[in-house]
This record gives sequence, C-alpha cells and structure tokens, in this order.
Amino acid sequence: MKRYSVFAVAREALRYHQGWGRAWRSPEPKKKYEAIIIGAGGHGLATAYYLGKNHGLKNVAILEKGWLGGGNTGRNTTIIRSNYLQDASAAIYEKARSLYETMSQDLNYNVMFSPRGVMMLAQTQHEIRGYKRTAHANALQGVSTEFITPDRVKSLVPIINIDGPRYPVLGALWQPRGGTARHDAVAWGYARACSEMGMDVIQQCEVTGIRRQNGQVQGVETSKGSIDCEKLGIVVAGHTGVLADMAGFRMPIESVALQALVSEPIKPCMDVVVMANTVHGYMSQSDKGEMVIGGGADGFNNYTQRGSFHHVEETVRALIETFPIISRLKMLRWWGGIVDMTGDRSPILSTTPVKNIFINCGWGTGGFKAIPGSGWAMAELMAKGHSSLTEEFGLNRFKEGKFIDESVAAGVAH
Amino acid sequence: MLIFTCPYCGIEADETELTPGGEAHLKRFGPGSSDEEFEGYLFNRENPKGVHFERWRHVYGCGKWFHAARCTLTLEVFGTYSAQTFEPPEEIKERIRAKRPGWKWRNFS
Repeated sequence: MKRYSVFAVAREALRYHQGWGRAWRSPEPKKKYEAIIIGAGGHGLATAYYLGKNHGLKNVAILEKGWLGGGNTGRNTTIIRSNYLQDASAAIYEKARSLYETMSQDLNYNVMFSPRGVMMLAQTQHEIRGYKRTAHANALQGVSTEFITPDRVKSLVPIINIDGPRYPVLGALWQPRGGTARHDAVAWGYARACSEMGMDVIQQCEVTGIRRQNGQVQGVETSKGSIDCEKLGIVVAGHTGVLADMAGFRMPIESVALQALVSEPIKPCMDVVVMANTVHGYMSQSDKGEMVIGGGADGFNNYTQRGSFHHVEETVRALIETFPIISRLKMLRWWGGIVDMTGDRSPILSTTPVKNIFINCGWGTGGFKAIPGSGWAMAELMAKGHSSLTEEFGLNRFKEGKFIDESVAAGVAH
Repeated sequence: MLIFTCPYCGIEADETELTPGGEAHLKRFGPGSSDEEFEGYLFNRENPKGVHFERWRHVYGCGKWFHAARCTLTLEVFGTYSAQTFEPPEEIKERIRAKRPGWKWRNFS
C-alpha cells in the first residue's frame, strides 16, 4: 500500500493519477482467525485497528453484511464532543476526542477533523443549572468546557436569535475542542490501516449463525462459508439483538430510527456546532455548505432505516425559532439510521455469557464521536479480558442497578 | 407514517395521534422474584427484526391503551387488539401466519 503524502500527490499528478491502487484488499475469508469482528462500521474497524496496533493481534477478520461504514457510520451528523457528566462516560468520550485530534496522522488518511467547537444552548433555567454542573464535573474530569454568556454565544454564532420569544438563549455549555470529522473517511482510514496490517476486511459477508461448544465460541456461519475463531467481537449497533439471538443470550437493547437531514448548500454562516436540547435539534454547517440538522429518535422499534416525518418537522420547526435564517432553505437529503438504545442511554462494552464473545453496542444516538475511544477500549477488553475504560460499561450493570445514567445527565437529544 | 385502527373507538389514527408504549405482553416481576427475572422484566427486550407486538396509547383520541401487531422491518401493521388480554387473538396470529410463514415471537407462533 502506498503512503499518502504531498510527494505522492505530486508524483501521481505527473502520471495522470494512474498509480493510486486500492486503499484496502478485498480477500476471501480464511478458514480460521484468532479474532473475528462482526461489523465493519467505525467501531468495529477501530476495534480491529487497536487490536493490531496496541496488542499485536493481527490475524483478524472484520465481517460486514453490507459495505464499509454503510450503517450508522455513514448516517450521523459527525459531531464530536466529550462534555458528559458521569466520570465513566467522560473518560471514554474524552479518550475518543483526543484520538480524533491525531487520527489523520496516525492513519495516514485525512479524516478532516475540524475542532470548531461544540455549543450546547441553555434555553431554560433548568438547563443553566444542568450545564453549570456539567462544566464543574468536566473541570474535575480534565475535560475542557466552560459555561458562557448569551453575549458570547451571539459573538460565536452571529446568525442565532438569542431573544426568544419562546426559548431565549440564556447561556451555553461550550467545548472549544469539540467539532466534526468526515464520517466516511474515519471508516475508510481504519479499513486501510487494518488491511495494511494484514487483516481481512470482508464486505458483503453476512453472519447467519454463531457456533458454540461448552459455553465457548467456536466460529461463525456466514454467507461466504463457515469461519473458525478464537475470539469474537460483536459490534453491530442496531442489529445487536439479532446477533445476540444467534449467540443465545438476550440484550437490554431496543433498536429505533434516528433521523438527520441536510439543507441545500449555502455560503459559510456558522463555524461551530450548535445543539439546542430543549427544543430537540442540533445543527452545524458542512464543508460543502449544507446545514446538517439532527433531532430526536423515534419512539418505537424499527429496522427500516427511515423514520417518521413528523419528527423531522418538529426538529426543523424548533430550530427555525432559534435560527430564523434557515426558514427558506430547501431540504437536500434526509436519512435515518437504526440506533441501539439501552435503558440508561450509555453503551455496553462487555464480556457476555458465552466465553470469548465480546460485545460493543448501545451507543444509541451518540456513537460517531466515540469511535476511536470505543475501539481502543474494546480492543483492550478483547485482548486482555479487562480494560479500565470499559469496567463500568459491563452488561451486569443492569442486574446490579449500577447505571451510568446519561439519559438524565447529558441533557442531550436522545 | 404508521396508521393504526384504535380497537376501542374504531378510528384510524395516525402515529402523531398516538404514543408508543414499548413491548407488549411483558410478565411483571416484583419482590420475591429472582434477580434474573427482575432484570429481564425491566431491561431485556425481544427487539425483533420482523413481527413484533407492542403497546400503544390513543393519547389524542379516546386515551386508551391498546395492543398492535406490526413488522419492524417493513412497518406493515397486522392489526390492533384490546389491551385486556395476555396474548394476541387467534385471528391476528392467523393473519401474520399467512404473511410471515414460520414467524415466532416469544412463545407465540
């Protein structure tokens, strides 16, 4: 594989870009691997990457039913932040955010990480109190956030209407080092790096069964034949329940649709990410000029990758009050992804009732920001059997009642 | 958009007129049950890709809870029925059998 650099661009420019070659191999599966990861989205690929990079485990296959990053990795609003209240969440999301900062260099692939700042608007007295509390908690956790005044909000986002009428902007939780990244590039960059380490990224290979013996995993049945493995990582977001069913255990997960949309492209008008959680909408401007808008999840189980129109309508209606400038924009694209929601809205990174099967799921509406941290922690869990980052995210927390209750704490559109 | 017929008032109601209430026919476990049973009742869900049974409330209509049989993969609605029952009526199960041969949901089939 060729290294990407300014010299490579110059060399290829002189020969009509004929020499680039494929970024990753598309091999047929081998009979046996040390570890198999099911799901070649961001989290699955990151898990494989750090298994190889941090733990020297390179005899790995990543199986994907569809195509690389074609699930939620390609269906999110690309926001990266780590301003969570609970210590366990802040630790893993901050790990992820810090890894995003060096990801382009690390993978030799431009993921276009843009630390443009993430702002969560406080539009009620309750939110002011909540976000001040989060800012104090973040100070203790070493996550750099601050609570800022409405004037500061207006100076950072000139297009915002801070006077209401219904929900005036009373302040905001500001994380200057949060931002966005190019979502597809994250999947492609990890896939390229995994392939370079000798791992097999196998697309269009659907897992149809999980073989077990004496409570231990033996391998998987797939649409490309039977493959043996010593360790199995299930990293499939919305389809977690389906895979858990194959492995013979149940999960505290419900799959629902979460939607987003982009407007037609306009000239640059907003260079930060703004989240308005009281009215349930968030918005940023992409490099192409589209306003990227997301809202809340649907309330019922769904595997169709499309959601209900009225949710989008509510999101846009609410955002127009705060951003009058967007009222005449046309919608360009609209999509939905199937997110895996847990009871406490925190992820599950855990061993399972079947020996050597590990599971990484439950990222719900906030998985993209966590990709590198999640992969880092999951790889450690799979290689060593334990990880300080995943300790509190175990499956047993539901039985024990030790929730990481971000559904109340994060104050975010869930 | 999902459209259900409320089994109580007989009205065809849009999703915006209704509130989803999660999985149907849960057996409730309380004091005296094992940890596993209690955890299962509180958190573990079928979350099927296909035939599903749910509770819905006709919140902007008659206000009553009812049950619905639905496919989570196609959003097809097989029918709605009263909330005062422990299992779907035979007629709805038959309708699902005709459209999804071999379907299974918990101990219903």
